[in-house]
Amino acid sequence: MSIINTKKEVQDARTMGQRLVNQWLANLGTAHERGQPVAYVFVMGNAIEILRTFGFEMAFPEINSLQSGVRKSAPDFISKAEDFGFSPDVCSYVKADVGLMLSNMMHPSGIQMPKPDIAIASSLCNVYIKWAEIWERRFNTPAFVLDIPGKRFAAWKSAAGSPQHLSDARWVEGQFRDLIARCEQITGKKFDMDRLAEVEENVNEMIRLWVDILAFNQNRPAPYNSMLDGLTYMGVLNAWRGTSEGVEYMRLLHDEVAGKVARGEGRVPDERFRLVFSGTPCYVNMRRMIELFESHGGVFAASDYLTYAAGGLDSAGLFYDTSRPLESLAEVTTLASQMGLSNHFFSHHALAQQMKDFAADGIVYHGIKSCRTVATSMADNREYVTTRHGMPTLYIESDLIDPRYWSDAQIKNRVDAFFEVLEQRARLEGR
Amino acid sequence: MITNTEASLMEVLEHCLELAMRTRVPENEQPGVIGYFPVYFPEEIVHAAGLRPNAIFGGGNKLEVRLADARIGSFVCSICRSTTEQGLDGTLRGLKGFFTQPICDAAKHMAGIWGRNFPTQLSQILALPQNINSTASVQYVYDEYQRLRSVLADQVGHEIIDDSIRASLRIYNENRRMQRELYRIKCDDPARLSTIETYLLIRAGTRIRREEHNVLLQDALRLLPQRRVRPRDKPRVVFLGGFCEQPPLEMIETIEDVCFIVDDDLLIGQRWITGDIPSEEGDPVWALAESYVEHSASSPVQYNARKPKEEELMRMLREARAEAAIITAAKFCEPGLDDQLALSHKLDAEKVPYLVLEFEEKMTSFEQMSMQVETFAESLLFH
Repeated sequence: MSIINTKKEVQDARTMGQRLVNQWLANLGTAHERGQPVAYVFVMGNAIEILRTFGFEMAFPEINSLQSGVRKSAPDFISKAEDFGFSPDVCSYVKADVGLMLSNMMHPSGIQMPKPDIAIASSLCNVYIKWAEIWERRFNTPAFVLDIPGKRFAAWKSAAGSPQHLSDARWVEGQFRDLIARCEQITGKKFDMDRLAEVEENVNEMIRLWVDILAFNQNRPAPYNSMLDGLTYMGVLNAWRGTSEGVEYMRLLHDEVAGKVARGEGRVPDERFRLVFSGTPCYVNMRRMIELFESHGGVFAASDYLTYAAGGLDSAGLFYDTSRPLESLAEVTTLASQMGLSNHFFSHHALAQQMKDFAADGIVYHGIKSCRTVATSMADNREYVTTRHGMPTLYIESDLIDPRYWSDAQIKNRVDAFFEVLEQRARLEGR
Repeated sequence: MITNTEASLMEVLEHCLELAMRTRVPENEQPGVIGYFPVYFPEEIVHAAGLRPNAIFGGGNKLEVRLADARIGSFVCSICRSTTEQGLDGTLRGLKGFFTQPICDAAKHMAGIWGRNFPTQLSQILALPQNINSTASVQYVYDEYQRLRSVLADQVGHEIIDDSIRASLRIYNENRRMQRELYRIKCDDPARLSTIETYLLIRAGTRIRREEHNVLLQDALRLLPQRRVRPRDKPRVVFLGGFCEQPPLEMIETIEDVCFIVDDDLLIGQRWITGDIPSEEGDPVWALAESYVEHSASSPVQYNARKPKEEELMRMLREARAEAAIITAAKFCEPGLDDQLALSHKLDAEKVPYLVLEFEEKMTSFEQMSMQVETFAESLLFH
């Protein structure tokens, strides 16, 4: 699959991660001239395992959009989409992607993004489906909508192998079979079950390592900031999921983070407060946001983002049974959806648990103006967690990549006030 | 002079208006009431359980949102905000259960909000699928309906037998037939039956048992042919955007002052199943599931490869012999706003005149909208 050798001269995870991201983008840019099909997928519920089996290159329009935020192209893209007619109230990722389409698919990374041969939109975020409809119209590429039933209520328990789990998994498997038929039609290749098992072995290994890496941050001091370093780790994990390169990267990363833990190295010198982050980052002001917290000695030890935007498999120790690859893919996808991905809607218990697991001092909720998936009921969630669990919480609001919604002075005031509360509590506790 | 027919019809419509705008669910209402969020819900299963299904449409423009402000983002649509308010202020305290569906991301959150704040009420997502184009779709919908059946059986303390569901299917089939007849009349003879009247007649059914609603519709359908009608010259338009959050009545009236709305998607969930559901033999839940997949309407909140949205709009325009479209969307409704743009592009390409409007259920001022609609109607008449 790779056209560039990533294995030479790799010294550390950071360098390797950067190389892999660059390589992934380069591969996308040349996919069609190399005769390789391209799939558009999202980070939640994407069936990458099947797509890799057929040799698709994976484009993640969410990642394209967030990169347009990081690379400061988002305002231009968003403006183009709004001039085209999209409402200011629509997801800014969608608008950045439309802006990219209206810019002849020239991504700010310098890569000409290819058109999709297939587009998978899962039901885990309904905007995915509307987004895929936009591609249908633009590229004449029919969407493949993958319905993955989520949790039905907060206390929903769908134990592995229970009748409810098997019923939901049967539905997901049925759709996977439809997807396989579609992929066979597009690529002219027969589906290879053994190849699926190989891809799943790689995913299993990546998830084992990822679960460890997440848990390393339970140490004090936390070796990395989940909302800065963690985002880089997750980006590579998503783009290279199911590949040997991905496994190699995760091993290197795992060993590096384990080393930091052994040496007692923390991300924040003099770590003072450990925090849980709920929501997605503001990619246009990511470093500034982190700085606002780290300047008070606060580190994001954990974040729900690193679960739901990483496939959700870490949420309940889920691994594929590669002796029955397709059935297991459906079963695990279903459980991952219910335990990790559809949890936005009922996340109060999971956040309270993360507070305990990571010995956190508070939760920071980041409400996203244009993302109803993440942010609709955050304020209610916060009220519940604060009242029921007596946890200090902070609610700030901006956007994924639309800088118009970042109000620096207002956010700084709120962050400062939050740390005053945390300091007061710490003094009372004699810390 | 008001004829006896007109007086009788007005009586029916006034009763419907009172029912349609009723929001409070009394705590002692018998049998128990199950609330559901738009768009569609398999009411027959609730009905067969002996409970009353109650569609939830938010607070309209008569409710000031105060308590919900602290619970739900300001960038979320009005219907989610006002429904939360109705929970917090006790308006919906009488519900035994509240179901929402994966129609959009905000709607899915309603189950979480409900569960956290009203723990004594059953609070769930009925996971209707976004993929109805798979050969496995009917089986999945069937399984989810059976889950609902089991949850409701626990609620009422007895099994919901097939015969009860069949009886409910028959009652609802009759109801849907009459709704289709109302839409036929409003399309063929819009001066005889306005959209606001049709709307009230149908929305009233979401507040009473369906048998009772059938009697109301029978009365209306008996009276309508006798109604004296003055022919009027107004452009025929299709209205879209009323599938979930409902536009204020005044907005529909504003449009109808100058246009005939000859087809629309208002309360589309009430008419979601487009034909009779087999009710005499076979598994009635399977029949209900199969109808959902195979014989259903469309909306911006469901992907259906068999029914591209632009083609559906063109079909509506053609079949209703409409010359123009009014494409609306509720503020902050992402699916509606996305479709509004796509449909506008299609209408541009087809050279069909159209008007784009944005609304909120809570809006109270219609002067500006009235001017827009009047200008649009004039442009159609003098085109």
